[in-house]
Amino acid sequence: MSPTLNLDAAFSALADPTRRAILAHLAKGEASVMELAKPFEMTQPAISQHLKVLENAGLVTRRVDGAKRPRRLARAGIEVMDQWLAMLRKALEKNYDRLDEVLAGMEQPTIKMITKTKRGEKR
Amino acid sequence: MSKMTLKTEGDKHVIVTRRFAARPEAVYRAHTDPKLIQQWLLGPEGWTMPVCINEAKPGGKIRYEWTNGKGGSFHLTGEYQELEPYSRIVHVERMHLPDPTPDNHVETRFDLDGTGTLMTMRMTLPDAQTRAAMLATGMERGMEASYARLEGMI
Repeated sequence: MSPTLNLDAAFSALADPTRRAILAHLAKGEASVMELAKPFEMTQPAISQHLKVLENAGLVTRRVDGAKRPRRLARAGIEVMDQWLAMLRKALEKNYDRLDEVLAGMEQPTIKMITKTKRGEKR
Repeated sequence: MSKMTLKTEGDKHVIVTRRFAARPEAVYRAHTDPKLIQQWLLGPEGWTMPVCINEAKPGGKIRYEWTNGKGGSFHLTGEYQELEPYSRIVHVERMHLPDPTPDNHVETRFDLDGTGTLMTMRMTLPDAQTRAAMLATGMERGMEASYARLEGMI
C-alpha cells in the first residue's frame, strides 16, 4: 500500500470514532490487533477491518514480526494526532471566547442587583 | 490568544485552565444557569444547544443536547456531586455518541485572580486508554466542523 497520505481516504477514515480511538491508542506506541481490540469490545476481524481502512489511508503501517503484524502510526498519522489536539483546543477556546462575551453582558444586571440589595439594607 | 492551557497530567487527568475578566460569582453562574450555558457551550460555529438541563445541587442532573441543524446531533448527561458557590463544582459526565463513553469526573475551581477569575478544570478518566480515546473522540462536532474547514484550506 502506498505510504503517502491519501487525503480523501484519510478524512473518511477519521469520520469513525472507533478509528480515531485506534489512532489515539497507537499514539502511545506499537500494538497488536489483539491489544487494539481489547478496549473496544469488538471482534478482531472488526478491528482488522478498521485497521485496513486506516492503512489504506496511509495513517497506520504494519511490521512483520514472526507470525505477528504489529501496527504503528505512520508519520501522517502522527501529524493527524497533533492536528486533533489543536482542534480540540480550538473548540474549547471558541467556547471560552463566547463565555467572555456572555460574562461582559452579565456585568450590568449584577451591578444593578447589588445596588438594589444595598438600598434595601439601608432602610 | 494564549489565555487557555490544555495539558495532560499523569495517566488519567486532563487539566484545562482559563482566565476570565469577570469575578468568580459570574463565571460560576455562567457554568450553572441553563440560559447562560446555552449561549456559550457550543463548540464550533453552527451548533446550538436546544436542550439544556442543569440542576445545580448535589445529585442534580445535567443534560445537554447539541445539534448542527443538518441532522448532526449528540448529547451529554451527568450528575452533580458537590457545589461550593462560587468557587468549586464537582460533577460526573459522559458523552453519548450514541453509546455512553466512560464517566469523566470533573472538578472545576473558580479562584479570584486580581479582579478576574482563574478557572481550573481537572478531568479524571478511568484509565490512560479512556483518556486517549476522549481526547480523540470527545469533541465529535468540533472535529466535523474542523474537517470541513481543513478540507477547504488544503
